[in-house]
Amino acid sequence: MNANDSTAYGAVPEEAVGLDLNDHTAMDDYQTIGEPLVDNAKMSARDVNVFYADKHAIMDVSLDIGENQVLAMIGPSGCGKSTFLRSLNRMNDIIPICRVSGNIALDGEDIYASNQDTVLLRARVGMVFQKPNPFPKSIYENVAYGPRIHGLAHSKAEMDEIVEQSLRRASLWDEVKDVLDKPGTGLSGGQQQRLCIARAIAVSPEVILMDEPCSALDPIATARIEELIDELKERFTIAIVTHSMQQAARVSQRTAYFHLGKLIEVGDTKQIFTMPRHELTENYITGRFG
Amino acid sequence: MSKETFRNTELIQASLKKRYAREKRFQLYGQLAVLAGFAFLFILLFDIVSKGTPAFTQKYLLVDVHFSADKLGVAPGAGEEELSRANYSGVIKASLREMFPDVSSRSDKRRLYRMVSIGAEYDLRDQVLSDPGLIGQRKDVWLLAHSEAASYLKGQVSRESPEAERRVKDVQMDWLDQLRDDGRTRSAFNTLFFLEGDSREPELAGIRAALQGSFFTLLVTFLLAFPVGVFAAVYLEEFAPRNRITDLIEININNLAAVPSIVFGLLGLAVFINFFELPRSAPLVGGIVLSLMTLPTIIITSRAAIQAVSPSIREAALGVGASKLQTVFHHVLPVAMPGILTGSIIGMAQALGESAPLLMIGMVAFIMDSPASVTDPATVLPVQIFLWADSPERGFTEKTSAAIMVLMGFLILMNALAIYLRKRFETK
Repeated sequence: MNANDSTAYGAVPEEAVGLDLNDHTAMDDYQTIGEPLVDNAKMSARDVNVFYADKHAIMDVSLDIGENQVLAMIGPSGCGKSTFLRSLNRMNDIIPICRVSGNIALDGEDIYASNQDTVLLRARVGMVFQKPNPFPKSIYENVAYGPRIHGLAHSKAEMDEIVEQSLRRASLWDEVKDVLDKPGTGLSGGQQQRLCIARAIAVSPEVILMDEPCSALDPIATARIEELIDELKERFTIAIVTHSMQQAARVSQRTAYFHLGKLIEVGDTKQIFTMPRHELTENYITGRFG
Repeated sequence: MSKETFRNTELIQASLKKRYAREKRFQLYGQLAVLAGFAFLFILLFDIVSKGTPAFTQKYLLVDVHFSADKLGVAPGAGEEELSRANYSGVIKASLREMFPDVSSRSDKRRLYRMVSIGAEYDLRDQVLSDPGLIGQRKDVWLLAHSEAASYLKGQVSRESPEAERRVKDVQMDWLDQLRDDGRTRSAFNTLFFLEGDSREPELAGIRAALQGSFFTLLVTFLLAFPVGVFAAVYLEEFAPRNRITDLIEININNLAAVPSIVFGLLGLAVFINFFELPRSAPLVGGIVLSLMTLPTIIITSRAAIQAVSPSIREAALGVGASKLQTVFHHVLPVAMPGILTGSIIGMAQALGESAPLLMIGMVAFIMDSPASVTDPATVLPVQIFLWADSPERGFTEKTSAAIMVLMGFLILMNALAIYLRKRFETK
């Protein structure tokens, strides 16, 4: 088996492929510096290891995501930040060769427990993907799909209300309110991503995971999404993976720096960007590599 | 510029000519190959169309029919039953003799009678039954010409050929010429061809029974192969674990697609007819056999279509908390459906053109009546073509080509539908 043995359900995230672990054997017992744990943790990961077949993609990561906070995860390609994010709502389950060990809890409950239902988990922990991926259905259907399969609306009026509210929260309502029956795939890239955010918040999740949500967008669309993330943190707990350090600095309260599968440093965003304590973090945020 | 580089340029230029010549030659071969392919196709189509087109017209002779009660052998005021059993062929023969009073010898008389199809008797019967007042009267009636007479009227037989080698004799040609000069011959669209089943008489034979048999057979095939094939594809693609057993299944499905179709016919004969004792010659068994043959095609194309669905759609659905089944049925299948339908239609088109396995299960019977259900004896279009191609009568040659034209029409229609669906899928 190798990393190319994937099912129709998406390949192994590309960052896992370039991982060469033999170089850093010296760091085996690395201890994260900074404050990985917080008092008001919504989700907490302890000693998490993720493997793709025999590739060790995440090593002993312990990290909390504070409630109603934005946690940014940064790091060079292949550092495992997307893999870590996807293990938070068990999206990694659909990759047959992926294995997760350690403990990840949502509100103190182990999400990898045998009695944990992934459908329920993903309703509570929503996700926005790197590439906007609206369903090839109408804008209305895109937003209504989640609430419908979970039976959240009991009438058409209630559903309309959920759709409108979700689109408003994703600051897309004014642009699409007259074209709700048009296909979601016909919107612009930025609008599509906001539609995906609306779709995610329509099921009222507690946590929203964002995997480089702006990487396919232009600066204006990116700015709108960033504004939106700032508003959304009032209601939701957000974890965002990003390649843009400016974005991490703008939208997050805490920042975690990953390097080759290890969590190097976590801390207050301001502190990470002004006074990084680890050499690797400093090198990365000052643009010396990555 | 050094001497060396100058020489290199020379060398390259010299080789360029060769290279371009080789390319030109290769292009020419390619064009010739395409041309040859088109030429063969054109010859084939031209042959079929030119032979088959006359089958779509029917010739009629205007005969002055004397409905004498005497000849009919019925008493005045006879009931319906008696009228339907009356001697209409005698009436036709007598009327023909009256039109050509010079005909005296026995063999000439037989030739005279042979100009009118035996189907004409039933026409007359129907006319009399609907209007018994005709009895005792004279009336000009258009009677269906015998296929041999029709072939002369259609210009398919010429007087120049030796008389012994043709079915239409000189005397008959004289009579037909005379009728034509009097304006007593007529062409009409051959509706019988589409309304009747098979017949021993070429002018009465039609493809209705075969079409209906094909329809029932394909219906059974579709109802069995489509759901089974699509669900098998969905299971194998979305739910089945990847292990040795599923690998083995996959290899076997691919191999099954290459099994000669007659093997499926043998299987149908042994299992469905001999073991399960299903009716012989029935579209039910034919459909089952063809669905076995079509299944691999449908499974393979459906899997390809499902595989082609972007993973991001699955992730999106799973991301909002859809279960695996909901993801597949709400998002994957709708997107894959045009591809699945394309594959299924091509599989069905294959089944429509298949004859070998159906010969094995007895769908090669002489079928005059259209089957009314999937258990009635029936035949299908390709087998009907096979049967007609085997018949010695000249009239069946054109029927064969005409039936091929109808079959090709349906195949083109089905493939066009498949292309349309694929195009719509691609532009999405």
